[in-house]
Amino acid sequence: MRIVLHIWRQKNAQDKGRMVRYEAPNVSEHMSFLEMLDVLNEDLLAKGEEPVAFDHDCREGICGMCGCMVNGVAHGPLPETTLCQLHMRHFKDGDELYLEPWRAKAFPVVKDLVVDRTAFDRIIAAGGFISVATGSAPDGNAVLVPKDNAERAMDAAACIGCGACVAMCPNASASLFVGAKIAHLGLLPQGQPEREQRVTAMVAQSNREIFGSCTNIGECEAVCPKGIKLEVIARMNRDYLSANWTGRVGLEAD
Amino acid sequence: MQLDSKSPTGPIEKRWEDHRFHLKLVNPANKRKYTVLVVGTGLAGGSAAATLAELGYNVKCFCFQDSPRRAHSIAAQGGINAAKNYHNDGDSVYRLFYDTVKGGDFRARESNVYRLAAISLNIIDQCVAQGVPFAREYSGYLDNRSFGGAQVSRTFYARGQTGQQLLLGAYQALERQIGAGTVKMYPRTEMLDLIVIDGKARGIVTRNLITGQMESHIADAVVLGTGGYGNVFYLSTNAKGCNTTAIWRAHKRGALFANPCFTQIHPTCIPVSGDYQSKLTLMSESLRNDGRVWVPLKKGDKRTASQIPEAERDYFLERKYPSFGNLVPRDVASRNAKQVCDEGRGVGETGLAVFLDFRDAIQRLGKHVIKERYGNLFDMYERITGEDPYQEPMRIYPAIHYTMGGLWVDYNLMSNIPGLYVIGEANFSDHGANRLGASALMQGLADGYFVLPNTIGDYLASNKFEKVEASHAAVRDAESSVTQITRRLLEAKGTRSVDSFHRELGKILWEFCGMARNAAGLKQALAKIPPLREQFWRDIKILGSGDELNQSLEKAGRVADFFELAELMCLDALERNESCGGHFREEYQTPEGEAARDDEHYSYAAAWEFSGVGKPPVLHKEPLTFEFVHPAQRSYK
Repeated sequence: MRIVLHIWRQKNAQDKGRMVRYEAPNVSEHMSFLEMLDVLNEDLLAKGEEPVAFDHDCREGICGMCGCMVNGVAHGPLPETTLCQLHMRHFKDGDELYLEPWRAKAFPVVKDLVVDRTAFDRIIAAGGFISVATGSAPDGNAVLVPKDNAERAMDAAACIGCGACVAMCPNASASLFVGAKIAHLGLLPQGQPEREQRVTAMVAQSNREIFGSCTNIGECEAVCPKGIKLEVIARMNRDYLSANWTGRVGLEAD
Repeated sequence: MQLDSKSPTGPIEKRWEDHRFHLKLVNPANKRKYTVLVVGTGLAGGSAAATLAELGYNVKCFCFQDSPRRAHSIAAQGGINAAKNYHNDGDSVYRLFYDTVKGGDFRARESNVYRLAAISLNIIDQCVAQGVPFAREYSGYLDNRSFGGAQVSRTFYARGQTGQQLLLGAYQALERQIGAGTVKMYPRTEMLDLIVIDGKARGIVTRNLITGQMESHIADAVVLGTGGYGNVFYLSTNAKGCNTTAIWRAHKRGALFANPCFTQIHPTCIPVSGDYQSKLTLMSESLRNDGRVWVPLKKGDKRTASQIPEAERDYFLERKYPSFGNLVPRDVASRNAKQVCDEGRGVGETGLAVFLDFRDAIQRLGKHVIKERYGNLFDMYERITGEDPYQEPMRIYPAIHYTMGGLWVDYNLMSNIPGLYVIGEANFSDHGANRLGASALMQGLADGYFVLPNTIGDYLASNKFEKVEASHAAVRDAESSVTQITRRLLEAKGTRSVDSFHRELGKILWEFCGMARNAAGLKQALAKIPPLREQFWRDIKILGSGDELNQSLEKAGRVADFFELAELMCLDALERNESCGGHFREEYQTPEGEAARDDEHYSYAAAWEFSGVGKPPVLHKEPLTFEFVHPAQRSYK
């Protein structure tokens, strides 16, 4: 099939950037979306045009490195699917696709479809962990975890940190990302001692990174490739409120 | 060169403890005076960087991805082994040790493997404490599943995303240290050379992938946790960015490369569908717990799976290996799949696939149980192929997945270059000629959390480190060598893309140094690779400059190293006149078609010394002796 692509080209962070039209004349339905871009890039190179820069690594939907807006939707039209797992059989001959990088001030564009997501790492560094030094752990079965809690913690821990939630949110809020980590660790007995410090520190860092606030729109949940549910945001808000109520807000709070 | 493995002697269960006791320690107050560079942030590198920083060392950590959380350990699905014997099914540290030595086809060091098995217990404890959401029983206790190559249930798992959850545990521990200022993180930064001064590893040269800026980092020790080299085949289950550059350039600075031909083919991957294919996707081996592998009895049978009656199906693994059945180790499962396809009994459009069928398991346990166990894998299969594996059996075929070979290290995980440590898949140490399932995660974390942080202190405490200026001749030399490579690549201004060369190299290697090898084929590969390499340097086409994000340039540097490595792999495979584990030489097989080892002549690790591009490398041998697990033909019948 033939696909018409409009791709955001931006040489570097300083460049203004613009949409450029390309044609992909021989797209097989079995190709993944990124393989379609690979083929386009080979064609561009042959013509002496610089290939389109895009982030990707595992191409199995788990590393969280790939992603762009496809016709205004983060990771494209298929639910719970990263861009690398999206296959061309979901498009039809003659389709026009607009590819843009993640939209958010906290994710500045590096080049073409590549953005800088290090803000997510800084949020985890602020408190998204359990402070246990190597060697000090008790036996794995010493603390029991109810199966249901383990399952729900796993649901939240499935987050791949791709940033689609932020890119799709009109407020560019990182609440689904932050909430997922708060829920994952807060549902486990091992995560209890730092639960209140964690939520205040992570929310404070998220604010410093100029992510917006959550207004319960739900676009994040709709595009999350791992199906993280909005309830993690409710959980984050509850923990945040209770931390402020008890005053156990940690040093990082603002 | 005399290879000293520093392997301890005495009772096997006492060796690590005794060895550790005799290691020199660095005073807690002095640790911050030492700087350690950790390259790679997978299970091995990430856990090592975090743990070294917890101990008080000054750590700088590097990864080529945009975040340390992306390392390819994240894609491991099935699980992690630990000899906890929580299920009272006869497991023990000794049994895990035994299974691993046997599974590796008697080409690993016994002392290392025993230590790995013993440490497996601590790893689970550590990960649980970090908040890794392992699967649980209704009682709240940890659940286990069984895995290929073992007859006990010792595999801990977090759905089909065990690697992801373990990596996030290590990543969060690392981020905690970054937040505390004890680790300085350099994402989107690639190591391009090793700085060796007075025979010691003293630093690395890196390229900032966004700005193209080259930088030298000086330290007291360098740790490489940069993963395996499976992408030398172009198509593999590795992430697209996985490469050999860090270990290969260290090899070119003098580090020995051991057993490069020991590569693992994973039996359960989604088959290739076309020329544009950019990578292969693995379906966890755990699927073989409930899935049955079969092909039609008749050649060229084009009926769909459901049209083929029971009597006309050949469940070849169950037939040939009644006691292990579908759970035979990876090399055995892969070779048998190739064999039935070579006989013309393969399925699917290309005939290069076998069925993995869940019909019986769904009937026995119900769809909901299968969905709970493998739901995400089934979804992934459907997304890629457009077929529903609850209705039709999956089609699978073997693919390159893991590399047992890597830089040679001693019992302390130090290479032959003092101060250069190599951990995880990047080294050669624990899996011999074949790795058992759920053991890669175990080894990465054992090395990073528990082995390296203990052994590195001994080196730091026993050596004096002169201050190194940025103007030192060795630093300048490494920098100019990196600049030269970049310039050569950009100035070739040829006609062919990096991928076209990489694909061609991969095809040669897969054909002649893949699942089965023979001397004639290997010689053919050795004749084909050098001219292709020369053509690559003449005809490579890269647009853009070296002072910006340039993904073609990054790839080209990596493929240049793959060319040199590919040649060494073929040489190593040609030199090893026996079959063992993942290395199957067609000339050396038993009458039943199983791998025939030659313990009399080949019971050694082959450690190769670089002597120049296109020049014959020098072989050094580390003899392997087996005091506890006596070499026998591996039998899974």
